Amino acid sequence: MKRLMTGNEAIARGAFEAGVTLASAYPGTPSTEILENIAQYKDSIYSEWAPNEKVALEVAIGGSIAGARTLAAMKHVGLNVAADPFFTYAYTGVNGGFVLVTADDPGMHSSQNEQDNRYYAKFAKVPMLEPSNSQEAKEFVKEAYKISEEFDVPMLLRVTTRICHSKSLVEFADREEVEMKPYVKNGAKYIASPANSKVLHVKLEEKLKKLEEYSNKTSLNYEIWNNKKIGVITSGVSFNYAEEVFGEDVSYLKLGMTYPLPMAKIKEFANKVEILYIVEELEPYIETEVRAVGIKCFGKDKISNIGELNPDIIRKGFLNEESEALEVSSEKIVNRPPTLCAGCPHRGFFYELSKRKNVYVSGDIGCYTLGAAPPLSTTDSVICMGASVSAGHGFAKACKANDRDMKVFSVIGDSTFFHSGITGLVDLVYNGGHTTTVVLDNRITGMTGHQDNPGTGYTLMGDVAPEIDIEKLVKAIGIKDVDVINPLNLEETRKVIEKHENLDKASVIITKWPCALKRFTEKDHERFNLKRAQCFVDQEKCRKCKMCLKVGCPAISMDKDKGAHIDLAMCVGCDVCLQVCPFDAIQKVKA
Amino acid sequence: MEKVKNILFVGVGGQGIILASKVLSYALVNAGFDVKMSEVHGMAQRGGSVTTQVRFGERVSAPIIGKGQADVMVAFEQMEAMRWIDIVKPSGTCIVNDYKIPSAPILVGQETYPEEIINSLKEKLSTITVQAAKKAEELGNIKAQNIVLLGALVEKMDLGNLKWEEAIKANVKEKFIDLNIKAFELGRLLVK
Repeated sequence: MKRLMTGNEAIARGAFEAGVTLASAYPGTPSTEILENIAQYKDSIYSEWAPNEKVALEVAIGGSIAGARTLAAMKHVGLNVAADPFFTYAYTGVNGGFVLVTADDPGMHSSQNEQDNRYYAKFAKVPMLEPSNSQEAKEFVKEAYKISEEFDVPMLLRVTTRICHSKSLVEFADREEVEMKPYVKNGAKYIASPANSKVLHVKLEEKLKKLEEYSNKTSLNYEIWNNKKIGVITSGVSFNYAEEVFGEDVSYLKLGMTYPLPMAKIKEFANKVEILYIVEELEPYIETEVRAVGIKCFGKDKISNIGELNPDIIRKGFLNEESEALEVSSEKIVNRPPTLCAGCPHRGFFYELSKRKNVYVSGDIGCYTLGAAPPLSTTDSVICMGASVSAGHGFAKACKANDRDMKVFSVIGDSTFFHSGITGLVDLVYNGGHTTTVVLDNRITGMTGHQDNPGTGYTLMGDVAPEIDIEKLVKAIGIKDVDVINPLNLEETRKVIEKHENLDKASVIITKWPCALKRFTEKDHERFNLKRAQCFVDQEKCRKCKMCLKVGCPAISMDKDKGAHIDLAMCVGCDVCLQVCPFDAIQKVKA
Repeated sequence: MEKVKNILFVGVGGQGIILASKVLSYALVNAGFDVKMSEVHGMAQRGGSVTTQVRFGERVSAPIIGKGQADVMVAFEQMEAMRWIDIVKPSGTCIVNDYKIPSAPILVGQETYPEEIINSLKEKLSTITVQAAKKAEELGNIKAQNIVLLGALVEKMDLGNLKWEEAIKANVKEKFIDLNIKAFELGRLLVK
């Protein structure tokens, strides 16, 4: 029977069927569920969460050099972090088959940019496959291992949000048990020193020539012949959109292998049709190559390189047609931006920090990015994973060098701190930094849907792990002023922020309270008082001053007649609003 | 491709939209349809506007529904129905939960929740109001509102002959199976 699976589930299944025995990743939307699903096959595949994408990629490279089939997965920006080993592993080549999955996010559903990682294939000289649905996602993983081992190259499997998170039908096959290849010491291959790499680069170029020949003859790249007036070259999810719009009115060259591009096949296809369309999401990756060999085509002159592609955009761009649609009455809609959840432990900290004047808050990537949203509006900047610490340090040093007096707080989550915050903190200590780094330790990787990390005490495969103690770690680096606080206690939080505001040296605050949505462990219950009575508003005491609204809790609303109201379906009894109310109108529900 | 049916679920993160579309897709796959379903994860889920899209028929290409293409929109929240109305066919149907969730700008008092949304929807297209939240609460758990709405959808799309009990059993936790089967039947009754 066929099963309905997301692309991510299908990639995991593909890894299982391909005989993979090791996989590593750092969570990141839209790639997270690949490793979560691989973890289901723990009898066959060792899998782990690495602290960041570079480590994940290197772990998978090590496994491949040892002779096993391995996989690493990451979101598009994760490959920026992992780019260094990625480029070099293209030079050395593999032992066991190796696949890196890059999950791009056109439209930025949950990302800071929409870079088109197909360019990484060309840039790093790593062959690339692009599946169009879940069945292909599974099959292409298996194909990728074959190509990887046949041509001695790492492979890039490039998917996008709509492939990762769309479900379509998948037919299963059995797992192929692949014997681990013997490891033979071979410095000329695996030691990327200048002398060796000069030779390796020449070899890589030879491999790429053979891979282009392969790309021209593989069934991964195929034609669908209908009317020959218009021909469409497309790949990935765009193929589905093109098919939706043009149906059987045009012919297609559907590309599954997009690096090296099958240039001979493309020329042949272009010669057989009168007009050529290139339908691709984001950048003109295919189009540029097609134009470079002198083939006339339409592409980005018809559809934008900005945002997520869809059938409507293709229809409008190429056919100048629009579907009849109802008009949205904009006066009947109010924005619904994402917010910190009711009971989120970050709220108390941001509420207190938002009251400080003349501070710069250097933010980071995670749920706490929402500390930038009104009414808290605390954060000044968010660049990338880990930048809170190092960019905050740079901000503070620049201020000092130019006699500007401004205190910097760098705010980073526990998982992001392990990812790449630690190195920034080392820089601070080494170079006499004077910012306060705040580690918001909610005992889990939150935004991506609750993955374990080096601080949580569990591994991806569910085993008990040592918990890395952030307090001890920062002290060991050399930070002397370290305070661990309960961010739900506003007075304690306020006092500690005031203390650190007046320090002119590197210091650390760790706010420690588990995420309100987390499935609490026994240890969480031992350490934190998690059985909390909910809060309600005594409406006789409420004077409608709206102070409670300033914490930005989605459970609190204001009725202009009755006063404040707390939705008991959401309230977890964090007590932040209770501490803010000046009239004691918010009270605990008695058990 | 004309035979492909498009269903759009819209609402707010946490309302059980993904589960409802999972149950629907499960039953459709069992009945032999080609099915594609698209959902949203990550940042957008944190109290934000959430949609899932289910397409089924003999053969489905794109996993997403274009403007003016949804046969039915199931809105778990009033304002969300209006936000996504341009995806629905002008001749299509809107099944809307009689339920409001104020968003952050409303909660902090910058904006007020728009009035008369349901009347405005009715002026634009065929609209069926379902007291899903209220009825689910009467059944003992407001969280079952998603399956009440699914029941209403199934009734309106004439899909009652599919194996719904099996689909519910395969997708919800054991202790909630009875509740959800009741919620499903109630949803069907409400729009009969």
